[in-house]
Amino acid sequence: MDALLQFLFSGLTVGAVYALVALGFTIIYNASDVVNFAQGEFVMLGGMITVFAFEAGLPLPLAALLAILVTSAIGVALNKLAIEPARGAPVVSLIIITIGASIVIRGATQLVFDKQLHRFPSFSGDDPIHVLGATILPQSLWVIGGALAVFVGLWIFFTRTLTGKAVLATANNRVAAQLVGINTGWVMTLSFGLSAAIGAFAGVLVTPITLVGYDVGVALALKGFAAAMLGGMGNPKGALLGGLLLGCFEALTAGYLSSQYKEAVAFIVILGVLFVMPQGLFGSKSTERV
Amino acid sequence: MMSKTTTALATFAALGVLAGAAHAEIRLGVSVSATGPAAFLGDPEAKTIEMLVEQLNEEGGINGEEIALTLYDDGGDPNKARTFATRLVEDDEVVAIIGGSTTGTTMSILSVAEDEGIPFISLAGAISIIDPVREFVFKTPHTDRMACEKIFTDMQAQGITKIGMISGTDGFGASMQAQCKEVAGEHGIEILADETYGPQDADMTPQLTRIRNTDGVQAVLNPGFGQGPAIVTRNVAQLGFEIPLYQSHGVASDAFIELAGADAAEGLRLPGTALLIADKLAEDDAQYDVVTTYTEAYKARYDQDVSTFGGYAHDAFALIVDAITRAGDSEDPQAIRDALEATDGLVGTTGTYSFSPEDHLGLDLSAFRMLEIKDGDWLAVD
Repeated sequence: MDALLQFLFSGLTVGAVYALVALGFTIIYNASDVVNFAQGEFVMLGGMITVFAFEAGLPLPLAALLAILVTSAIGVALNKLAIEPARGAPVVSLIIITIGASIVIRGATQLVFDKQLHRFPSFSGDDPIHVLGATILPQSLWVIGGALAVFVGLWIFFTRTLTGKAVLATANNRVAAQLVGINTGWVMTLSFGLSAAIGAFAGVLVTPITLVGYDVGVALALKGFAAAMLGGMGNPKGALLGGLLLGCFEALTAGYLSSQYKEAVAFIVILGVLFVMPQGLFGSKSTERV
Repeated sequence: MMSKTTTALATFAALGVLAGAAHAEIRLGVSVSATGPAAFLGDPEAKTIEMLVEQLNEEGGINGEEIALTLYDDGGDPNKARTFATRLVEDDEVVAIIGGSTTGTTMSILSVAEDEGIPFISLAGAISIIDPVREFVFKTPHTDRMACEKIFTDMQAQGITKIGMISGTDGFGASMQAQCKEVAGEHGIEILADETYGPQDADMTPQLTRIRNTDGVQAVLNPGFGQGPAIVTRNVAQLGFEIPLYQSHGVASDAFIELAGADAAEGLRLPGTALLIADKLAEDDAQYDVVTTYTEAYKARYDQDVSTFGGYAHDAFALIVDAITRAGDSEDPQAIRDALEATDGLVGTTGTYSFSPEDHLGLDLSAFRMLEIKDGDWLAVD
């Protein structure tokens, strides 16, 4: 019994990491149908900048804030310098641009910072919390709490605010959105800035658990993407539950079956779900109007 | 004819600039992975060799001849390594090659060196580089198998016979996992649990819980590299294991203690080289002089701490210099190879090398020191 609980704690920890990355995908996807493959790099930047600002003597909260602001600015720059000039290009081309951007960011990080692994202290110490014979680290609670907070924030943003609805409108039909007075260029800038900020926030929360180096973004983006696909691309609820489910599949497979197969099983489950529900668990059915 | 002379003159001038002298020169070739995914290996290796060549030339070279170094960066790409090895032999006409930061790049350089008859000292770990013995190929790093044997010897001394293993699925972890399983029996060690994790995984508590719930496990061994071992160490502390944890030489660096956290890493053991405990070596230690000289020079030159990997390059260079000195002929690769094979008791940073026609690694288990992490620092326990 305590083993099951331990597996679930592990699954929730890892799942919350995936969920945070997956949540970052939603805004840009909702604004432009583009899956931003540089999202993992935003997470990495959040961690790396915090590490170096913290080592330079800034208090941790200030270092984290700085990291989120800088990464957000990089997100805006990515939109201005690479996505906007290619406006009108098919979505696939834009996705390829984001892959290119991720390679550039990785290379630049190697040069500006270094190639080593880093870590900063957990927010509330490293003493594990014991629950019925299983243990969980306080930092895991921060990550799970962070994922929930971002989820609630995004949900309110998309359903209760005019700006959020403007983002959705832009994705639905850019021309129609412009006709009703939505500044679509600004919506794109906003979505990249926010996505980058969410990514960096994720990086700040997960670094004490996963550690950070210039190349951790790729694996994170891949898992986050898988989680978002499972839950339904563009839906914050899907991103959250997709991430947590993926984490729990992996942990339970590693715990009860074999650690060799944990990723294989997770991906087979995702494939199975996508066969039956191509939009993911919570994805809205899209209808193409002609 | 005229153009040939010009080319020769130009080459001569270029080499002169490189070596800072226009006397007879010993042409040494290096191809390491100074950038790319294996940069953490190749970067200190390249820096070490550049520093040592400079030092040696300032001191007057070998028997009055200076060393002309040609250094290429293969970026960890075996194809590039092969191209550079060919270029070193055909265009740069080197008499010996040091390099091959990874097993992949080593395998590329190795075939060129064997075909062309140029002595080659590899800086990579795999046992397959020198087993079976190849005429012109030597290597300086100890093998994974030796690390396993060192760990198992220590376990035996502690009365541990039943262990659980948790290995990374990256190249290093998988190779060492296989080697350890092969030699475990010889040391009376039984592997009761054999778990793995992906190199980028964030949490290993499920695998560790399985190991903990396996009856009779007396110790945990974690062959791995990069962030994995640091996370395993933290998870072991989180789960409150009461049995000892052994890590591999793959994480033998000060950065590891920082990543894992001094509290979580307290008491864990791993095999490392003398370089790691340079400041704690006794003055009468055989390796004291060579280790201290190297660490101080490197620190002064680059303002960075030495790594085990830079040490491999240091030893390769020392072996070549020693061989050329004894060969007496700096033009003949065959003579250098023969002298290299006759190396006896050369003290390096990694260990003491004695090559023979049957052994082109030349290290024994004494090259490894069993280290324990105590109060956030290394402590030699044997």
